[in-house]
Amino acid sequence: MIPYCADNFASIERMAISLVDVKRVAHLARLEIDPAEAEQACERLRGIFGLIEAMQAVPTDGVEPMAHAQEMALRLRADQVTEADGRELFQAIAPQVEDGLYLVPKVIE
Amino acid sequence: MEWETVIGLETHAQLSTRSKIFSGASTAFGAAPNTQACAVDLALPGVLPVMNRGAVERALRFGLAVGATINARSVFARKNYFYPDLPKGYQISQYELPIVAGGSLRIVIGDREKIVHLTRAHLEEDAGKSLHEDFHGMSGIDLNRAGTPLLEIVSEPEMRSAEEAVAYAKALHALVRWIDICDGNMQEGSFRCDANVSVRPLGSDKLGTRCEIKNLNSFRFLERAIDFEVRRQIEVIEDGGHIVLETRLYDPDRDETRSMRSKEEAHDYRYFPDPDLPPLVVSEAWREAVRAALPELPAAMCERFINDYGVSEYDARLLISSRDFASYFEAAAQRLIELNPAQLGNEEEARRNYGLAIAKGMSGLLAAQLNRAELDIAHAPVSAAQFAVLHARMIQEVVTSKSAREILLALWESPQTDESAIDAIIEAKGLKQVGDADELGGIVDGVLAANARQVADYRSGKEKAFNSLVGQVMKATGGKANPKLVQEILKRKLEG
Repeated sequence: MIPYCADNFASIERMAISLVDVKRVAHLARLEIDPAEAEQACERLRGIFGLIEAMQAVPTDGVEPMAHAQEMALRLRADQVTEADGRELFQAIAPQVEDGLYLVPKVIE
Repeated sequence: MEWETVIGLETHAQLSTRSKIFSGASTAFGAAPNTQACAVDLALPGVLPVMNRGAVERALRFGLAVGATINARSVFARKNYFYPDLPKGYQISQYELPIVAGGSLRIVIGDREKIVHLTRAHLEEDAGKSLHEDFHGMSGIDLNRAGTPLLEIVSEPEMRSAEEAVAYAKALHALVRWIDICDGNMQEGSFRCDANVSVRPLGSDKLGTRCEIKNLNSFRFLERAIDFEVRRQIEVIEDGGHIVLETRLYDPDRDETRSMRSKEEAHDYRYFPDPDLPPLVVSEAWREAVRAALPELPAAMCERFINDYGVSEYDARLLISSRDFASYFEAAAQRLIELNPAQLGNEEEARRNYGLAIAKGMSGLLAAQLNRAELDIAHAPVSAAQFAVLHARMIQEVVTSKSAREILLALWESPQTDESAIDAIIEAKGLKQVGDADELGGIVDGVLAANARQVADYRSGKEKAFNSLVGQVMKATGGKANPKLVQEILKRKLEG
């Protein structure tokens, strides 16, 4: 069973999305959002949740939840090294490199 | 108040595939930075992951080895977080439906056994590496490790002490190497543990708030980190405080754990099924083929060694410390049975006698020499067949055990592949046991004449003097005299 959808939708039904939720999700996704945009996003999301609520009315008892839109199994490849070193090519478009490393603003936890 | 410690471990075993889990880049350790990071590992636009069959097969081997359920259908999910060494902004992992569910592992703590249950094991990709030094205020990113296949093995919170946690980690470490899915190299990070630690009043059945200690890459650090963390938590609670659910890092230099991040916000990973990857389907035929190809597992082999070769449980555990050690034992025992130096008629008797001789020789002579040379048995310069011949010559009383050691060392110094090397060394070094009664009689006479005091002591009832005389005779023959014969002749001459 995959309770992703079922769980999330059930909780949505119980509580309407608030501005606080929108701001939190925006922060998690590292999106900068001003108050006007947040209001707007909140409205739109409520609309989407309305659609979901309508879909919740469809009886789905005994239907196995989907994990993918297509009814197919994962394709597998043989365990072989097929990629040659392409560092020079890839690093040509990097903003900053040194000693073969990509340089990024310092992040320490 | 009496406290009980509760520990669960999450272990990341790097799977020993040649290529990455979702790309064809190499996983070899130690390459120059970013030379093994292809477009998929770098998350360039337009690329798609393609699953490595070798990684799935290794996960199946593990699941079957621990008696777990193999989920015929499992699902890959995106675990979303931002960090520079994770170019996609998410890690591909498994969440609700892992490939392996349940299972258990038998661990040994001193002379006590315990079964630890597993929650699950799932496939996921590793992240890259961040280097925070020496880049004028920037961090350097090496993505060679990004996309390396990992099996995350999660135990139930069933360990009750650091000692049990270490025993579990060691048993798991031995198993993944035994079934050949992970090289187990802890220095290179191929096998690393996170420990979930909490405490509760003894007798309580409610779990306390836990802390997760990250990235413990040695058994010693695992033990010390848990010990510290348990003391810390008890102190906080006894001082009237509360434990906060958080991730902590162990600092081996200061021997303490410290807070890394609180779990409240940072851990909202917003998992969802990865639309790039349809469900992984494992057919019954594939599962059974993998099961059939599994080697005999350590627990079964341990039991068989005890039953078939009559070795003690202690020795059997030593013999199964690695698959190489176990196969060396069986190869040597088999060869000795073929040689049948004691001309035993009964097959069972032969197996028991010779098995025991080899087991003793391996736990004594060979293990000592391997330790001294810091060598793995796979690289021992003395082959199993040669080891068998060496024991045959001891059993036939061609050489003494003292000489056997000398032969082993000689072969160690200048290795040869043929098993006839043993006899050649005996010949070349003149190590053949002196078993001729006349020759020994002469030597004994000489020793008795030169040690009149010990002779007198012995005759006046001091039994200890006898051993000293045996020692003198052995010394006079360079350790080559048949010890039994020496005792016989000495006794006869002293009493006669």
